[in-house]
Amino acid sequence: MAIREDQNRFKTIIKGKVREDFKKYVTNGELIGRREGEFVKIPLPRIDIPTFRYGPKQDEQGVGQGDGDPQNGQPQQGQPGNGQGQAGENPGEHMLEVEVTMEELADILGEQLELPRILPKGSKNLVAEKNRYSGIAPVGPEGLRKFKQTYKKALTRYISSGTYTPDDPVIIPIRRDYQYRTVKKTQMPHTKAVVIYMMDVSGSMGDEQKEIVRLESFWINTWLKKHYKGLETRFIIHDAAAKEVDEDTFFKTSESGGTLISSAYKLCQQIIQQDYPFDEWNVYPFHFSDGDNWSGEDTRLCMTLLKDFFLPNVNVFSYGQVESKYGSGQFLKDLQKEFDNDERITLSQIDGRDKILDSIKDFLKKGK
Amino acid sequence: MANLTPELEAERKRICKIAKDCGLDFFETVFELITYDQISQIASYGGFPVRYPHWKFGMEYEQLSKSYEYGLSKIYEMVINTDPCYAYLMEGNSMMDQKLVMAHVYGHCDFFKNNVWFSKTNRKMMDEMANHATRIRRYIDRHGYETVERFIDSCLSIENLIDRHSILNGPAKFVEEAPVTERSPNLFKVEKSYMRNYINPPAEIEKERQRQAENQQQARFPSSPVRDVLSFLIHYAPLEDWQQDILTIIRNEAYYFAPQGMTKTMNEGWASYWHSHMMTRHVLNDSEIIDFADHHSGTTFMQMGGYNPYKVGIELFRDIEERWNKGRFGRDWENCDDVREKKNWDKKTGLGRDKIFEVRKIYNDVTFIDEFLTEDFCVKNKMFVYKLNKETNKFEVDTRDFKAIKAQLLFQMANFGQPIIKIVDANFENRGELLLEHVHEGLDLQPNYMDATMKNLFLLWKRPINMITIMSNEPQLFRFDGKEYTKHSLTAEKPTDDNSMGNLAASSTVSNTGSNTP
Repeated sequence: MAIREDQNRFKTIIKGKVREDFKKYVTNGELIGRREGEFVKIPLPRIDIPTFRYGPKQDEQGVGQGDGDPQNGQPQQGQPGNGQGQAGENPGEHMLEVEVTMEELADILGEQLELPRILPKGSKNLVAEKNRYSGIAPVGPEGLRKFKQTYKKALTRYISSGTYTPDDPVIIPIRRDYQYRTVKKTQMPHTKAVVIYMMDVSGSMGDEQKEIVRLESFWINTWLKKHYKGLETRFIIHDAAAKEVDEDTFFKTSESGGTLISSAYKLCQQIIQQDYPFDEWNVYPFHFSDGDNWSGEDTRLCMTLLKDFFLPNVNVFSYGQVESKYGSGQFLKDLQKEFDNDERITLSQIDGRDKILDSIKDFLKKGK
Repeated sequence: MANLTPELEAERKRICKIAKDCGLDFFETVFELITYDQISQIASYGGFPVRYPHWKFGMEYEQLSKSYEYGLSKIYEMVINTDPCYAYLMEGNSMMDQKLVMAHVYGHCDFFKNNVWFSKTNRKMMDEMANHATRIRRYIDRHGYETVERFIDSCLSIENLIDRHSILNGPAKFVEEAPVTERSPNLFKVEKSYMRNYINPPAEIEKERQRQAENQQQARFPSSPVRDVLSFLIHYAPLEDWQQDILTIIRNEAYYFAPQGMTKTMNEGWASYWHSHMMTRHVLNDSEIIDFADHHSGTTFMQMGGYNPYKVGIELFRDIEERWNKGRFGRDWENCDDVREKKNWDKKTGLGRDKIFEVRKIYNDVTFIDEFLTEDFCVKNKMFVYKLNKETNKFEVDTRDFKAIKAQLLFQMANFGQPIIKIVDANFENRGELLLEHVHEGLDLQPNYMDATMKNLFLLWKRPINMITIMSNEPQLFRFDGKEYTKHSLTAEKPTDDNSMGNLAASSTVSNTGSNTP
């Protein structure tokens, strides 16, 4: 379809791969949808070819319809769109509003970040067998008889023997024509996965840092849920001691206390050993912190735990370090030193809200 | 693309007959039933199945399909101005929807055929568009995709610089003879471009140029300002043959679509008026009434502060019909001051139906609003002007004053939202520079876009581009010479109609606006 070529050309330009001179004309518009009362914005880049046109002042004024008292300068609900635009070439487009689902948002995320599909580890798949009656055979119990196939067979027999008369199309199948359903065993892969989120809530993690963690883990969660239908999540918070909590508390706890990262890792290990045996589960631990561990000794303990317990057995261990004015960021450096080229661990530095997307990409790009 | 199902075809015949009985007059209309994806593609192409290859169509398609995928909008129908009219229905819509759409389409077809602003459009545009596509593909084969794409982009940058008022006469053919100037020595006409250097060898051209420099005359060229900038460039810009052809294509298409931009409110209002009339009185059966009401209200829904051409258009037509039925026009009506008398005024003149047919024939959006948007109408429909409150950064109702409302609407529509730009001098400063003038009507040009567009013009004209305009209350001359932008303040009088420039105070301020990145 010719339009696809144009569409691909457009996408290639948007990505900045060709026509770099156009980068400055790319505007980031958005589609707006409503989800459970809230507005959801879907980014929709456009290229704006420059023309002679009026300046921004014009968009500030226009004509509308409805209630509202000029004296009180009543603010309007729903900001007006740009009344100008190109002269419409298409008479007759109607607009309707519908909802966007989380699944679709996850798809968009995947598309935008070009994330690969996750491959569940082979050995962790439980294979369930299922019986499906999709086969066909000339023998079987009467209860599994296939009507259409039987008559078709009879019809072929009539036609091939020349006894079929279109004027009197009566067909009587005989024993030989009967067809029956048979069982075919099919295998259904059954993958189970759990994500264990760990967050440092010591004195150095402020609201902004927690917000970043919340945003990031929300999107990671959405993405993983897409691939594992029965995704389980566990939440651990820690300062100098670790505690398992529910999702709400995970995000709401205020900061206090010192930092012993090993406490979280130990608790995580406990949970895994108790509930998620490695041969049945795909495990994804995520740890977020500002990198300021109490002591070098504790750090060494963490490294041992990672080396001996986590890395050999989990799908990927991910560590995200948020920047905070109190934290030293030392832990990330230690991890980098210790596990520099290890594929089983993913490290990411999150410098601020804008870097969240990049960080998600870091975590998920391997497709594990 | 499929023809209609027997059931739909039967409905179509019925609706067609009803439309004709109502007095609608249209070319034969061909309906096709297509999938959503096909309708998106056609819509991206402006209603035509084939267009030249360009990313802008891809961009529309991206938006339309995303919009549909995420459930945000839905196209119901598509109809184009051709003879026969082609209209597309979307598969999967309910029978009631399809009937509504067919009724709506006949309204559009009648408008296309009868409104005078469309009278000179090319009704065989289907073939023409395909032809354009073929030509451009040929150039792409010969000169490369990116080269052609870049050139088309510069053309699109000035695609709005046509003379909308010439539409009634058909796009003007530019006939003025170019005087001999420094840059266009007498050249022999060259049939094939590869012969160029043989028939007009460069050395000869140089000699010719020097000869003319000696007999230079100061004729003004063009002799009066030109609004059809595209036409002017086609004839006088130093373009290769293929470039000239592409610019011609862009210009043809711009003129073809121009009337649609000029009559959007009227056209939608007209079609909505008729679909509403036909559906409620003739077409719907009882079980469909609620669905119809739902659909119709969705279409004519006007969000608080929004402007919906369907809504304003249909209300205006209804208002006109009522007024002419009740005799609420003419000198007596205008002069009447008594509110109660006005309210009960009903001379039973019954001219409403005829009047709206006449209106749909002659008016365009600007004259439509100008004449029929009355104070009573504004009050009845609760219209207001909104403004951005800089402090709260929210839009607020500014006034319900009728004059302000009308002025604002007309302004939004005047020249159909486009600034008026004319070519004033094609041999400015006797150096073959192009001088344009923006006729300022209260709004400044957007400076970044202006700079970028001038840059595109330079690519076409290959000589410096100058623009006279008023920016922040100061008359200025902006200039792009291929490398940098400069700005001169004009202290002399604003140029009068015979284009005497007055003094160019070139020495007052020269500054590099340095705005290469909008």
